[in-house]
Amino acid sequence: MKFGIVRFPGSNCDTDAYHAVVDTIGEEAVYLWHKDHDLQDVDVVILPGGFAYGDYLRAGAIARFSPIMTDVIAHAKRGGPVLAICNGFQVACEAGLLPGALMRNAGLQYICEPVRLRVETTESLFSSNYSTGQIVRFPIAHGEGRYTADDATLDELESKNRVIFRYHGVNPNGSARDIAGIVNEAGNVLGIMPHPERVVDPLVGGDDGLAIFSSLLARVPA
Amino acid sequence: MTQYRVSVEIKPREGILDPQGKAVADALRTLGFAGVSDVHVGRYVVVDADATNEGGARDSVSAMCKKLLANPVIEDFAITRVETL
Repeated sequence: MKFGIVRFPGSNCDTDAYHAVVDTIGEEAVYLWHKDHDLQDVDVVILPGGFAYGDYLRAGAIARFSPIMTDVIAHAKRGGPVLAICNGFQVACEAGLLPGALMRNAGLQYICEPVRLRVETTESLFSSNYSTGQIVRFPIAHGEGRYTADDATLDELESKNRVIFRYHGVNPNGSARDIAGIVNEAGNVLGIMPHPERVVDPLVGGDDGLAIFSSLLARVPA
Repeated sequence: MTQYRVSVEIKPREGILDPQGKAVADALRTLGFAGVSDVHVGRYVVVDADATNEGGARDSVSAMCKKLLANPVIEDFAITRVETL
């Protein structure tokens, strides 16, 4: 399976994503430059963490209009999987691939620490290799991770089982309904604020993030 | 074509938690400004652009707000001033 990792000016988790794909699950990965219009026939697109375009205006607001995003949106509309992590989640919301928005953390501080998440459903492209109700530990590293949407949208997300990960125990940023990760209506785009790509090796803090990648491998025809 | 300077005020939508505004309000109260009941912190954007008339300048900046400058999910915008340059 071939993964494409988008590089915006200011992306800084691109090499972690590459490491997770290539060194950990042994699949192919390429970097996709934001100014290109070529997805290089990848099966899965990763929008990595970072501060694309310096987060100017709003996180993700400018990155969303990068040339490559036209192709990423077309890929998503065709049903192609997109894994949008942290800043990537912000970009995906701005691009309309996911509903809602990510606002300044309720406590105003940038938070960089491990958090516990509950896997809400295994009925998704990204979570089939977890078990429902499983508690996992991922790091977060964000200043603007408070998931916000109107009540109708939140109800819709819940009723359609589109909340895949929820903060467990402590809600670090004030996200509505403890939401940490959601999928789009078709289920092929996951937006998640915590970083699964940073927990793929017990040597550096655990491998709870691995199952997101292995779930994709199991479910996506390469 | 005339060059216009259009000022836009963008702020968090009513009812959406604005922790930055709350923190500033708390700081003001701490400083003794007891009458402060609420503060909202937003952005102020000034766009210089050519347009055929004032209405055109407003329409154009309004379109910019909807597409990029504001996020309708969380923010409201208002054009507060249009000047000729």
